[in-house]
Amino acid sequence: MSYNFKFDVLLRYIPEIVQGVLLTLQFSVVTMLCGLAIGLIVAMASISPLTPLRACARVYVEALRNTPLLVQLFIVFFGLPSIGIKLGANTAALIALSINMGAYGAEILRAGFQSVRQSQIEAGRSLGLTAGQTFRHVVLFQAMKAIYPALSSQFVLIMLTTSVVSSIGATELFHQAAFIDSRTYRSFETYTLITVSYLVLTLGFRAFFAGVYWAVFVKRPRR
Amino acid sequence: MIREFGGTDIVYLIEAARWTLLLAFTATVGGGLLGIVVAVLRVIPFGPLNWLAIAWINLIQGTPLLGQLFVFFFGLPLVGLSVDAWTAAALSLSIYASAFFGEIWRGSLQSVSQRQWEAGAALGLTYAQRLGHVVLPQAIRISVAPTVGFLVQLVKNTSLTALIGFVELTRASQIISGATFAPLPVYLTAAAIYFVICFSLSQLARMLERRLHVAR
Repeated sequence: MSYNFKFDVLLRYIPEIVQGVLLTLQFSVVTMLCGLAIGLIVAMASISPLTPLRACARVYVEALRNTPLLVQLFIVFFGLPSIGIKLGANTAALIALSINMGAYGAEILRAGFQSVRQSQIEAGRSLGLTAGQTFRHVVLFQAMKAIYPALSSQFVLIMLTTSVVSSIGATELFHQAAFIDSRTYRSFETYTLITVSYLVLTLGFRAFFAGVYWAVFVKRPRR
Repeated sequence: MIREFGGTDIVYLIEAARWTLLLAFTATVGGGLLGIVVAVLRVIPFGPLNWLAIAWINLIQGTPLLGQLFVFFFGLPLVGLSVDAWTAAALSLSIYASAFFGEIWRGSLQSVSQRQWEAGAALGLTYAQRLGHVVLPQAIRISVAPTVGFLVQLVKNTSLTALIGFVELTRASQIISGATFAPLPVYLTAAAIYFVICFSLSQLARMLERRLHVAR
């Protein structure tokens, strides 16, 4: 093999990579929050007694979960301008990511609500708590504990998935790879380094989330 | 020349979906074979091999598939392998699938109760007989639904290979979109084709789960 691996030429692009990491985190956090907000509405619709609402929620979830994010992204970024909605790359990326996350968030939240047993609510009410108090002191904590693992792994998944939005020119970590590649012509080294950066982020966040879980749900006295 | 988006384009897209399916199929076979190895290394009672499997799974599940695709796309030529997008796509999707199949199948194997092993031993069965006649049939039953469920992810993820230039459904829609200047109908058609494939798989997974989990 005659190829000389040169990772050292990439060292001067460390600031670009750090900037990319920050942008990726920004994308991930905003996607997570917007996605959960959409997910909450869809989850409430999906457990509502009204059949049309349930049907809408079902269609939303199935349509978004059974098509690739990349195609959803292309519909928002390339498709919508033809009906007069023009968006910048970053806005389009955020919208597509949030709508996509909304479908997964809805499923996670619905499972969380349904995991708290009816008898727990009845027990709260029979102790004289109001419906609001029962929700805050009994349901919320248990539901949070039930959905926490799914939510934290969803966050890591979003972080990895945001790499896809570089394809429409949204500026995040993977986009920086294209930039560094264009300056150094060291494609293999560049993409390896960027891919490994994601691994570091993933492992770091997994450890962080495990720590938070332990501190909030395990260490704390039982309630 | 700009032309209208019409019937022939839809036929072209449906034909391009064959490559999506072929790629997903190849990754299922390649990833399946490798996944068996990962699952076995993961459950074998020998520490270093377990760690190797865990490292493999973390490496694959902790990095974006897009990154893996680019690393293979630019890395394969460096070790003297062919440069085409198909090889890079098939190889990286197989490796990607192996980590997930490995975990799904490990979970299925371990969800068979330890008592089943003991019961087999009490009946005087050898290790191979216990595995083949007692544990595997139950583990396979448990694993079928999640395995089919993962195929949905796999089919959706083949779309990323468009970004290294492999002409499957998504890349084909980019081409048609460029020729017709009608991105909205083109991408909506592509989404509809993906939906037909993936929704069928999701429903199949759901049905299998209902059928096969009756005993539990």
